[in-house]
Amino acid sequence: MPVAVPELMPALPEIFLASAAMALIMFGAFRGEDSTRTVSWLAVLALVVAAIAVPVVTQSRVTTFAGLFVTDAFAVFMKELILLGSALAIIMSMGFNEREKIARFEYPILFLFATLGMMLMVSANDLIALYLGIELQSLSLYVLAAFRRDTVRSSEAGLKYFVLGALSSGMLLYGCSMIYGFTGTTRFDVLAAMFAGVDGAEVSVGLIIGLVFLVAGLAFKVAAVPFHMWIPDVYEGAPTPVTAFFAAAPKIAAMALFIRVLIGPFGDLADQWRQIIIFISIASMILGALAAINQTNIKRLMAYSAIGHVGYALVGLAAGGEIGVRGVLIYMAIYLAMVLGTFCCILCMRVHGRMVEGIDDLAGLSKTHPMVALALAIFMFSMSGIPPLAGFFAKIYVFFAAIQAGLYTLAVIGVLSSVVAAFYYLRIVKLMYFDEPVEAFDRPIERGMGVILAGTGVFTLFFFAYPGPVLNSAAAAAAALFAG
Amino acid sequence: MIVQALTFYLFAGITVAAGVMVVSARNPVHSVLFLILAFLNSAGLFVLMGAEFLAMVLVVVYVGAVAVLFLFVVMMLDINFVELRQGFLQYLPIGGLIGLILLVELVLVIGAWVVAPDAAATIAEPMPAPERMTNTHALGLILYTRYVYLFQIAGLILLVAMVGAIVLTLRGREGVRKQRIAAQVRGRREERVELKKVPTRGGI
Repeated sequence: MPVAVPELMPALPEIFLASAAMALIMFGAFRGEDSTRTVSWLAVLALVVAAIAVPVVTQSRVTTFAGLFVTDAFAVFMKELILLGSALAIIMSMGFNEREKIARFEYPILFLFATLGMMLMVSANDLIALYLGIELQSLSLYVLAAFRRDTVRSSEAGLKYFVLGALSSGMLLYGCSMIYGFTGTTRFDVLAAMFAGVDGAEVSVGLIIGLVFLVAGLAFKVAAVPFHMWIPDVYEGAPTPVTAFFAAAPKIAAMALFIRVLIGPFGDLADQWRQIIIFISIASMILGALAAINQTNIKRLMAYSAIGHVGYALVGLAAGGEIGVRGVLIYMAIYLAMVLGTFCCILCMRVHGRMVEGIDDLAGLSKTHPMVALALAIFMFSMSGIPPLAGFFAKIYVFFAAIQAGLYTLAVIGVLSSVVAAFYYLRIVKLMYFDEPVEAFDRPIERGMGVILAGTGVFTLFFFAYPGPVLNSAAAAAAALFAG
Repeated sequence: MIVQALTFYLFAGITVAAGVMVVSARNPVHSVLFLILAFLNSAGLFVLMGAEFLAMVLVVVYVGAVAVLFLFVVMMLDINFVELRQGFLQYLPIGGLIGLILLVELVLVIGAWVVAPDAAATIAEPMPAPERMTNTHALGLILYTRYVYLFQIAGLILLVAMVGAIVLTLRGREGVRKQRIAAQVRGRREERVELKKVPTRGGI
């Protein structure tokens, strides 16, 4: 029986990335351990090529592989963010891994596979494709978390992440099977057509339970309360550049999936899922603000900060509609720049060749490393949402969306919790500028790291002067989601 | 018909009983053996449903590979299972509560089960009649065509699992003597053989 070959062009960046990763495995395996730097740069190159290819192959909304794979302006926006985050994280890792003697050629290859998984998540148009994308991503991340296998903490981080990730996958699959059982399909567009114009109250309870489990599984992946237990330990235990990667790209992919699933197939059931999103959003914002206050380790602090930021981004999703989704997209783009820049600063925290992670170690940084201190201060001000930095605009777009949707309580809680959260961000600034220096950090900072720090710092500082590109592409991406 | 029903209840009953024994058996080796029993009976249930391929896969993969692996792990790891079980009763109330909630949900779900009138139209891939085609044939027809995308991703996931296992466990050990076949073949007679003149009745 002759079968038509599926259209491969829309998935070209993914196919290229998969082939590149497999070719690099062969290259690394034959060239041995000393090829790590070459493999890393080739991996960055592959990500750049994929980033160029993504907008080229996508002119409009296309589905392929019998409708399992979809690409549109929304996917392009998210994939560009993901590819950027992964490429920068690989560059940030190189020096660290060599100093810590964990430089192995599999490291950038696992990054490539994780990135591929994220791109497949963003392009998923089917519950099975969604699950496989998540698994490809997660499995690579579990290994990366445990990459420094000789330390107990890293192994613990990997194991914890693995066990809890498997639990969340179980919940997700349970939800998927419920949805399949009650609708007879796993395809997003068929589901969307099925629920178009349906009154939410008439939908059967089994489907709602399936939806709840699906949301729970996805909430685990973005680390929203009450599915956040894993994140502080994993952030603390994983090697720092891996933590930087965790904080950036996978968050964006999981958020993209959240939006794609809830707005696409279940868009007309918004009344059913909105209350869940509102609850986890409020809980994440409050926990992110309060639990971070007592932290002494900067990576743990960033973990709680990440929980809070996910809460703010979910405010936009709870608001729904084109404006809400646009708010989430802008939030994630700005968050990517802020968090990568902050982790660049954390990677500079080295005393006598050894990494330090205590917040107190930052004391007096303005006297020993004025430029790093300035950059970190910019990121901290931005994360706490002080105008005119980028983080302020990120927050304002989601809060405006919430107010437009009539969710006043959500917006007020968001503003209040960001005031509380400002305390611990500003404490870091105070430590750096007003306390006496302890031991100075090692010099010099690697060149690649300096470039990333400068780039993200300039973006965060001058976003208000030229916000057009981000706002327009986010608006186009959000519009694409509602057009189909 | 009645034979089929009886077989179903036999298989299902043993599966559930074996599942309970997996959790409650004192000896972990017995737990694994009960797990194998549960797998075998589930395979029987699959055969009753006409899914003979799944039944075979269950036996080959789960009984043949996974359960044997479990058995190895249980026997090789020196875990004090008595100690592990100490919290068992302590967690029973909360575990029971969660189980109860799930049970209530399932009852609600099954209570609300209605087959939509147009359900048949939305089912992605209607099943071919078993007289016309075997399971394996039907799966083969769609696995590499309609679902080739998912099949390839599954392959990538397995590749990542393999890379991950190697990354986390392979250690280059010092002082390992490896057989170098090329060097062995290349060796010449003069390097390997030494002729000694042994005097008669003298020994070496």
